[in-house]
Amino acid sequence: MSVEIKNQSNHIDESHSHPKPMTYFKVAMALVILTALEILVFYFDWLGYGIIPVLAFLSIAKFAIVVMYYMHLKFDSKLFTYVFMSGLILATVVILWLMALFGWFV
Amino acid sequence: MSDETTTGLSHRKLLIWVFLGSDCMFFASLIGTYLIYKGSGVLHPGPADVFDIPTTSVSTFVLLMSSMSMVFAYAYLVRDDIKAFRIWMFSTIIMGSTFLGFQVFEFSEFYFHDDLSPQTNLFGTTFYALTGTHGLHVTIGVIWLGIIFYSSLFRNTVTSKTNLDLDLAALYWHFVDIVWIVIFAVVYLFGTFTGFPSS
Repeated sequence: MSVEIKNQSNHIDESHSHPKPMTYFKVAMALVILTALEILVFYFDWLGYGIIPVLAFLSIAKFAIVVMYYMHLKFDSKLFTYVFMSGLILATVVILWLMALFGWFV
Repeated sequence: MSDETTTGLSHRKLLIWVFLGSDCMFFASLIGTYLIYKGSGVLHPGPADVFDIPTTSVSTFVLLMSSMSMVFAYAYLVRDDIKAFRIWMFSTIIMGSTFLGFQVFEFSEFYFHDDLSPQTNLFGTTFYALTGTHGLHVTIGVIWLGIIFYSSLFRNTVTSKTNLDLDLAALYWHFVDIVWIVIFAVVYLFGTFTGFPSS
């Protein structure tokens, strides 16, 4: 069984179709709009605690867009997604657990 | 020449994803610690006293644009357009350095004008630990991209055949971007929002 990689190219993964530069530009514009929305809602004091789900949604959307398009997880092997998501889910649990331990939810 | 591996995937690429997954947990511990301690001190200044959202918004925009620049650099390298690759690569390095400049400016403002040091209170300790660690990641990214840019300019070793080297650096670069997306929302926007009933 051969496990040696002699070629430094990435053509194993290049077999998947990656987006064109215009798609990357559109993604960037989406990120700018979402960031602008975040800053806009920040000044809406009347939202009260309602800002938490709004900002969480906008941040998660930006996070997902970068991971899917710029980091190519949407187009690459699912194994990369599983590896990264394992760390990300554990990370989220760590934050929530710490907050629960210190009485954030009571 | 064989590219065969047991998974059918590049080991180096799998390794960087494992690293990024583990780095998520590292930043989670810092973000979690920041959240639980930021409001527990009695000493000022606090987040609302020091953060300047317009300035941080600009630095956030610069980092987001550096991610776009990075994907352009990668896209042109894969197409063997070395000139365009170098332009976008240089632009990414400049924007990364600009973000670091913003952070140095912010830290010096907090330290010298707002009297916020890591020893001042728990907010200062956890804030500098979190954003400082992120800044260190950005610095490593800028150096990494700088080495690739130098190799392309003076050694001609960066071609479409070696695009995996750039792909790994690009993944790392986008990762520091997504970490900042979280920090910007959780630390800066939540930290200074004045609409909460208790504030």
